[in-house]
Amino acid sequence: MSRTVIPFGPQHPVLPEPIHLDLVVEDEKVIEARPSIGFIHRGLEKLVEKKDYVEFVYVAERVCGICSFIHGQTYCQAIETLMDVKVPPRALYLRTVWGELSRIHSHLLWLGLMADSMGFESLFMHSWRVREKILNIIEATTGGRVIFGSCKIGGVRRDIEADAITGILKQIDEIEKDMRDITKVFMNDHSVKARLCGVGLLTKQEAYDFGCVGPMLRASGVSQDMRRLGYAAFSDISVEPVVRTEGDCYARCAVRCEELFQSVRIIRTALDEIPGGEIAVKVTGNPSGETLARTEQPRGEVVYHIKANATKNLQRFRVRTPTFANLPAMLKVLPGCDLADVPVIVLTIDPCISCTER
Amino acid sequence: MSYFSMSKLAFKWVFSKPATTSYPFLPRIEMEGTRGWLVFNDDNCVYCNVCAKKCPTGALQVIRAEKTLTIDRLSCITCGCCVEICPKNSFEFSSGHGTPQTAKGRETYQKKEDNP
Repeated sequence: MSRTVIPFGPQHPVLPEPIHLDLVVEDEKVIEARPSIGFIHRGLEKLVEKKDYVEFVYVAERVCGICSFIHGQTYCQAIETLMDVKVPPRALYLRTVWGELSRIHSHLLWLGLMADSMGFESLFMHSWRVREKILNIIEATTGGRVIFGSCKIGGVRRDIEADAITGILKQIDEIEKDMRDITKVFMNDHSVKARLCGVGLLTKQEAYDFGCVGPMLRASGVSQDMRRLGYAAFSDISVEPVVRTEGDCYARCAVRCEELFQSVRIIRTALDEIPGGEIAVKVTGNPSGETLARTEQPRGEVVYHIKANATKNLQRFRVRTPTFANLPAMLKVLPGCDLADVPVIVLTIDPCISCTER
Repeated sequence: MSYFSMSKLAFKWVFSKPATTSYPFLPRIEMEGTRGWLVFNDDNCVYCNVCAKKCPTGALQVIRAEKTLTIDRLSCITCGCCVEICPKNSFEFSSGHGTPQTAKGRETYQKKEDNP
């Protein structure tokens, strides 16, 4: 049987992110996948040498467009640990609310792209229609739809007033109803199940050994969620990781669908229990020392390693993003699948290549 | 397992108004507090240069001697630092959006001379 090499990406109608895969196929079955990344490497880690640590919040937010807020939040958390800054409780709750809104918008985006990769365009449009409502809430509270610009070292830059909170809770109720309609289709529809069930199987041991994080790991039966570390308001709000055991694309879709509703519950709890007080503390001086900050992004665990030497520029800024941890598992799962399953499998890790490459 | 789970959603939306606004026939829904477009008001500006120092992208340039303030619209990320830091509240955000630009350019605002 002769083998063909099909280049997939970086530009492809169903590929959401610019990753390049050389797929070695034998009659529609993928034998091997050779990745190439580096199309959107922007050298953001080197930029710490030019921008001081206060301005760098804006750069950290722009590492990725989809998970932007939690990047900014993790960076602020790392610097606050180094400088021993006590963030006011109201700011912690506001960060949690925005982080969970960010998670809902990211998962709705992913659901739309997953439907699009299967050719289910109308479901794609419906998912993104609901996502627009979330983006409207985010724009009303932070000023930006995708890049929030609301996190700063020492707290947050904007507050959400009491009448705005009531409005948001009402809108969240309507959005939850819309999300139920959409997730019902994802979980029950025959054609969706035919494309997702049994595709991209990853056992529990394999998921753990490959170092997977996030929904990729939780769908294979490992119960791990960085929100249990207790950062932001999660020291008061408990989170049970959403776990499935099947380990295929359908299980990952189910985990993300269930996480939508979990985030809605967290937002409701946080907005009901939000304490009063100030939203930021003044921070002066320069950070020094070394720290690791870990948070749960929509795609999994992100690790920020920051090294500072008491000057206004940081010495080292290293980010281990969740997609980077999930890529080896994707390359393990691709051989043996059909060519038509390649977009489904690439999307199942929820790739965010701009995070991976910075 | 259902074969028609999408039909309820599809049927509902056949008989509903579209979710998108028919801009420009209907007005755009403007959000209050959005960071759309930076507006500079030179009535009270004293050209102290604090905004230019605080700007993370270096989009603002102030020349005190000539009383000019230049905004590089393509570098401005509408972060709002200048809005927060200005002691005279000379900056604000409007909910409009930027006009198309055909060349990389900077907008320079020159202080109008008081009438003698």
